[in-house]
Amino acid sequence: MSELDIQPALVAELLEGFLREEVGSAGLERAVVGLSGGVDSAVVAALCTRAFGASNVLAVLLPYRLSSPQSSSDAELVRQHLGLTMKRCDISAMADSYLEPERIDDRRRRGNVLARCRMIVLYDLSVEWKGLVVGTSNKSEILLGYSTQWGDGAYALNPLGDLYKHQVYQLARFLELPEEVIDKSPSADLFEGQTDEGELGFTYAEVDRLLYRLVDRRYSEEELVAEGFAREFVRRVADMVVATQFKRVAPPIAKLSRRSVGHDFRYLRDWKR
Amino acid sequence: MARMDCRLVVAQTNPALGDLRANMEDHLQRVEAAAGAADLILFPELSLTGYFLRDQVDEVALATDDAFLRPLLEKSRRISIAFGFVERSREGRLYNALGFLEDGRFLAVHRKVHLVTYGLFDEGRDFAAGERFRTITSRHGRFGPMICEDMWHMPSAYSYFLDDADAILVASASPARGVDAPGPGLASQRTWNVLLSATALLYRTWVVYSSRVGWEDGIGFGGGSRVLDPYANARAALEGLEPGALTATMDSAILRRARNELPLRRDEKPWILATELARHVPLLGALRGEAALKNE
Repeated sequence: MSELDIQPALVAELLEGFLREEVGSAGLERAVVGLSGGVDSAVVAALCTRAFGASNVLAVLLPYRLSSPQSSSDAELVRQHLGLTMKRCDISAMADSYLEPERIDDRRRRGNVLARCRMIVLYDLSVEWKGLVVGTSNKSEILLGYSTQWGDGAYALNPLGDLYKHQVYQLARFLELPEEVIDKSPSADLFEGQTDEGELGFTYAEVDRLLYRLVDRRYSEEELVAEGFAREFVRRVADMVVATQFKRVAPPIAKLSRRSVGHDFRYLRDWKR
Repeated sequence: MARMDCRLVVAQTNPALGDLRANMEDHLQRVEAAAGAADLILFPELSLTGYFLRDQVDEVALATDDAFLRPLLEKSRRISIAFGFVERSREGRLYNALGFLEDGRFLAVHRKVHLVTYGLFDEGRDFAAGERFRTITSRHGRFGPMICEDMWHMPSAYSYFLDDADAILVASASPARGVDAPGPGLASQRTWNVLLSATALLYRTWVVYSSRVGWEDGIGFGGGSRVLDPYANARAALEGLEPGALTATMDSAILRRARNELPLRRDEKPWILATELARHVPLLGALRGEAALKNE
């Protein structure tokens, strides 16, 4: 048993309530989820199915011409497992119409463009489907800033954002999702052969233990080193968290007036809901 | 005063944030359903307004003579009603308050003393703090009102204990948190259960806990409303995260028996507390001529 272990049944119950109420606050009862074939989006699709029923969840597959075929077949497995309607929108023409004439080869730029093209499609479909875009970023990714701002980092609400990757796996097993999806290496599939852990240079198992102490328990660097974490690893991860804070907050608005949006115009999103 | 049994309804609600009309409608329906079969109904903290109000605090505040409250006051001729609202005082201050209505009037208003201003809470910015813990003498018994964090500070329950209150009424809006294994259940709820039980045992009193449910911008509220007898046995409890209602009868014979078996109030020596307090509160020490104690 790990100190990060959760009570999955309780978490599923809380998140179903969260999804129903926060989507209900917008006057809606349907969800749009981009399925990548990975465990995070599979868990979100399963939670949405529990919250709204399969007929109210639109799964969307958004392949690019260089995406791994495995991603599509795993997404199909999830779709079948949950009995969802799936829409397939190939984003190749959309992305290439910009990437090719501009001759953009940089992996990071290409990856960001693909993530933002997917966002455009999901948000457009949400109008037709009359549902909200439900995000799939977990706490590990959010804290490391391992996402594209306004791409996969854009969503109307997010049930996984306070769960480390370890906890998402636990929830996936509780929700009895297909083993193939749970067991494969996490990947953003933005370029061939990409894996999260290969790109980050550490495993989620390692970094989850560290982030849990650093963020949830507020350990100092000295306390972490005393517990056996390598100082370089601690510093590297702590620096990543600080450097990516801009992805976790709303952009600043310059205050000029007596009462300003973003500063002292203090209302929840659920204002009068 | 001879003690009577009190038939109780505890409402576990999900208020709409800042929507006074919708919440009043819900209050009136629940009160109507309880009237006749119960003597008292308790609602959660800020039940008429919702919790994370921020700049809405001023917009939803009500003076106790506001016409908007009249329908609820009318209903209090048939059943006593304790409900949460934002009170606008005569001086214009805004309080996180629990109104106690009986016989068509405000019998009492408890203003939250211990505003929470740490972690995810910012009440000290939005509300003025209450200054007293006063037992309410109702036609159905003597009640000690508290709002959520008030219970974490001993002077609240201790004051009501000295007053020989029959029951402590706790109105709460407690964010659900702590889902770590093995549990069981929410860590926040387990903590509350310990606190409620300890209070029932230490002060030999009924403890009535009304706690809201629902979500406000990603923060869920934990529910877990319950009624504990003076032995800390749960007489009724809601374990889920859904709105609901509890019924229980606060039996005066049980209270009498519990206090006879373990006469904690009879044997309490409040003057010892006064002496010890004089060491911590200089003015009190000076009044008692005991300032020297501070250096002992």
